[in-house]
Amino acid sequence: MPIPLLSITPEPLDVHEVVRLAEDAAGAGRHGAIAIFVGNVRGENRGRRVLELHYEAYEPLAVKAFGLIAEEARQAWPEVALAVRHRVGTVSVGEASIVIAAASPHRAEAFQACRYVIERVKQIAPVWKRETFDGGEEWIEGATADPSDAAARQAAYERACG
Amino acid sequence: MRITILVFARLRDLVGTPQLERDVAAGATVEDVWAALAREFPAAAPHRAALSAAVNAAYAKFSTPVAAGDEVAFLPPVSGG
Repeated sequence: MPIPLLSITPEPLDVHEVVRLAEDAAGAGRHGAIAIFVGNVRGENRGRRVLELHYEAYEPLAVKAFGLIAEEARQAWPEVALAVRHRVGTVSVGEASIVIAAASPHRAEAFQACRYVIERVKQIAPVWKRETFDGGEEWIEGATADPSDAAARQAAYERACG
Repeated sequence: MRITILVFARLRDLVGTPQLERDVAAGATVEDVWAALAREFPAAAPHRAALSAAVNAAYAKFSTPVAAGDEVAFLPPVSGG
C-alpha cells in the first residue's frame, strides 16, 4: 500500500520520510529544490512554561483539508509536489507536531508553497491542541475554520509571497 | 430521524463525550442540531459564534440540511500546526 502524501499519525514524525514522499511525488529529476517546514513544540508559550501539547484531529476531515490546501497550492504553484504529516496525541517539548515538504524544480516556488500550506493548515485544518503548562492545562483556539473565506486564503497567499 | 453528533476539543469537554446519537426532526439543518445540543448542554451555547461544522466529514454551513444517519460535527476554532 502506498504511503499517503497527506496524513495524520500518532507516531513521531520522520522528516526524511516526508521529504522522500515529496521527492517521489515530484518525480525523478524534478525536485531541484525542497523546502521543509517543521513545527516543533515550544517550551514556553505566552510567558508560561509548556510541559507538553496534546493534539487531536477530526481525521477524515483533516486529511480532506490537507487535500484542499494542496489543491490550492497546486493552482498557485503547479510544479510543486507536497507532502504533509501532522502528529496527534501527546507531543513533548522539542518534538515535531507537523512536517511539510514542498518539492519543486526551483526554490522560490518550493519556499512559497511550503509557507502557504502551514498558514492554511493553521486556518482551516480540524486539528486542536491542549497545552499542559506549569500550573494547568488549556485548549488553544485559533481560527474559525472556513475554507470558503477568500480573505483568509488571500492572507495566507500574501504571507507565503511576502 | 437519528443522527450522530461529533464534538471536539473544548466542546467535547463541555459535552462530556466525543459522540452522541440524537433524534432530530425531518428537515432539520445543522443549525437545528446545534440548537438541540445547546439546549441539552447550556454551557456549550455561548460557543456558537466561533464554531464551524461538518456533515459526513465534509465542511458544511449551518444552513445545510441533515439526513437520517448523517454524522454532524461541530468544530471549535482550530489550532493545528
